[in-house]
Amino acid sequence: MFYRIPEINYIYVSKLDEALEVLHTLDNARVLAGGTDLVMDLKIGRIRPETIVDISRVDELKYIKDEGDYLRIGALTTLQDIVESSLVRAKAPVLVKAVNEMASWQVRNVATIGGNLCNASPAADSAPPLMVLEARLILASREGEREVPITQFFKGPRKTELRKDELLKEIIIPYERGSGQHYIKLGRRDAFTLSIVSVAALVKVSNGKFSDVRIALNSVAPTPVRAYDAENALKGREVNLENIENVSKLVLNSISPQ
Amino acid sequence: MEVFFKLNGQPVKVDVKPNEVLLDVLRLKLGIKSVKRGCERAECGTCTVLLDGKPTYSCMILAPYVNGREVATIEYLKENGELKPLVEAFADVGAVQCGFCTPGFLLTVYAFLKKNPSPTREEIKKAIEGNLCRCTGYKKIIEAIELASKKMKSG
Repeated sequence: MFYRIPEINYIYVSKLDEALEVLHTLDNARVLAGGTDLVMDLKIGRIRPETIVDISRVDELKYIKDEGDYLRIGALTTLQDIVESSLVRAKAPVLVKAVNEMASWQVRNVATIGGNLCNASPAADSAPPLMVLEARLILASREGEREVPITQFFKGPRKTELRKDELLKEIIIPYERGSGQHYIKLGRRDAFTLSIVSVAALVKVSNGKFSDVRIALNSVAPTPVRAYDAENALKGREVNLENIENVSKLVLNSISPQ
Repeated sequence: MEVFFKLNGQPVKVDVKPNEVLLDVLRLKLGIKSVKRGCERAECGTCTVLLDGKPTYSCMILAPYVNGREVATIEYLKENGELKPLVEAFADVGAVQCGFCTPGFLLTVYAFLKKNPSPTREEIKKAIEGNLCRCTGYKKIIEAIELASKKMKSG
């Protein structure tokens, strides 16, 4: 055995209320959703929790719902369920494209969308698509719920807006009608690889000009980032390759260190 | 702590520690040696098992997680005969050299062909991206999966 995980306590919860109660009372606990990032972090000693709170049986957080103008995705929805959802494919295609390139089938079968966001890796591949879609996150605690735009959720490498007694409950994804969406991942190989950089873009065009532009990248800063300077410079401009190439250099303003 | 789950169709009860992974429970406590210890970091696919029917890396599953769930290894497929066309296809094409990765591949391919009985070559490549083989260069494995797909449809 290459890796030895230190002794830990293990608690199962099967209801959201129960999970929030447990998180409220425990001090040094970590939540296990799918566990694919968490178990690796335990193995390499990046985290040393006293207790694992297994929320994988909280079935009320596993859903993809169509609300017309937006989708609601439960935080415990697996990555593979997102890839295979015709609803997400129709209404948020950039998310499906990104998630389909995450890890491998074996990982996507257990890893969850909420886990990928809460782990807050600078290389989290579900973040750029959700940032261009301007998704909103519902964070729940014993005290109630609050809504945070995903653009304000990441605070640093593996740091988020989540308090220790809070749980990510739901991701709300606006349906961007009439938008073009794309995602490109650059890794060291084509399949099953960590992002060197990934880019998600969402644009709207009217009368040959960009009416809306959103660009998000991961792995180029302590958190996934939006490239606001490039976006603003492109808005209102004519859609042509020259404009895009010129403006693309402004993406550098959003990455750090440069 | 005690964990109850179905292993290859049979209920089992095992005493585990929460810091143990399923791979070790299967190999060291339950004697299932077809599940191989490879990278132990969710990269190589030799430890693949079916968890509730879906391929997953057993090196990344903490033992208590499987409580109440179903785990299947190739022993199960062998018993119910579902392994035969797959193994024949792998043997006919020569998709096995050292064989270390083979049980993991067979489980992934079994679950994949069940889901998608007539896959394209691109779909096959995508399905096996989480299983590494250092001998064959994948060409033969991909051909074996294509052959297995044909055998299973005609069989």
